[in-house]
Amino acid sequence: MSAMVDPTPLVMPTDWRDFFALTKPRVMSLVIFTGLCGMLAAPVSINPVLGFVAILCIAVGAGGAAALNQWWEADIDAGMKRTQARPLPAGRMDRTSARDFGFALSGGSVMVMGLAIDWLAATLLAVSIFYYAWVYTVWLKPRTPQNIVIGGGAGAFPPLIGWVAATGHVTLMPVLLFAIIFVWTPPHFWALALFVQTDYAKVGIPMMPVVAGEAATRRQILAYAVLLLPIALAPWLIGATGIVYGVSALVLGLAFIAFSLPVGTRRAVEGDRMKPEKRLFGFSILYLFALFGMLVADRFASLAGLQ
Amino acid sequence: MMTDDTPPEKPADIPVDMEAFRARQRSRNRALGLVLAALVVLFFAITIVKMKAKGHL
Repeated sequence: MSAMVDPTPLVMPTDWRDFFALTKPRVMSLVIFTGLCGMLAAPVSINPVLGFVAILCIAVGAGGAAALNQWWEADIDAGMKRTQARPLPAGRMDRTSARDFGFALSGGSVMVMGLAIDWLAATLLAVSIFYYAWVYTVWLKPRTPQNIVIGGGAGAFPPLIGWVAATGHVTLMPVLLFAIIFVWTPPHFWALALFVQTDYAKVGIPMMPVVAGEAATRRQILAYAVLLLPIALAPWLIGATGIVYGVSALVLGLAFIAFSLPVGTRRAVEGDRMKPEKRLFGFSILYLFALFGMLVADRFASLAGLQ
Repeated sequence: MMTDDTPPEKPADIPVDMEAFRARQRSRNRALGLVLAALVVLFFAITIVKMKAKGHL
């Protein structure tokens, strides 16, 4: 008799790997790298253990924000090929778990940052999480095609927080590091949006290529690429870094414009494989790693008396 | 009755499911245990560093 059988089906507990996936580990690697570079480029050296704790807090905070983002966007993610295999849309995790996990990581990382490192750094970390999870994800992403421009602010926080964790205060230099990633994000993301644009249109997210059209997006990619050059050179121009960084920023910036030129001037045709867009997207990631890497190299070169 | 047409979970299936269920629980517990152990080490290290900086050690 069926009445004797427990009607509650056996629900598998979510695999820990799915919780890990919820933190967007690949995005986190860029967050860890830029945060670490911001910390190492700062003129004050931090105890290695505390430095590790600060970077860990930035990474875990970013993971918490990513979890909250996916908790909020589970329905949207389900409608896009790129995101439908994520733990929530694929049905491997319930939304409450994702929400609680996100809040726990966010709150925990801010608390540890404040208690172990510095409350200004903790405040900035809290602001960055709020900025990504609320200002970007909930508020602006579904409302304006400028979402990526504004959302770029969320990704720009790590080097600023890393710097403040080391020095304890905000100066012009960490704000410039923030500005570099802020201006870098639109061309980086729109290059991606150009070759996945059909997906965003389907779920009603007003990405720039969907709303303003392909031609306008391409023009703006080029405009931001040109704007990025003087901003990336600014740390050198104000004398905060040496020639190692200055020359690297110049070469990388010109290359960024060179990669953006074909993207900015051409139009996709039927059956286009979007090669220039994919190349620009790939180079933009390399650009950020190289630029911040050279920032640290510059600092070490100065410390060693080489410049 | 309609509901009786769909048979309940076959008893033969349950041990297999339970095994996968328990295995998943175990791997989760191990992961959480490692995280907690890492936090213990982390807080111990932070404490030592902070006490040294203040000259208590």
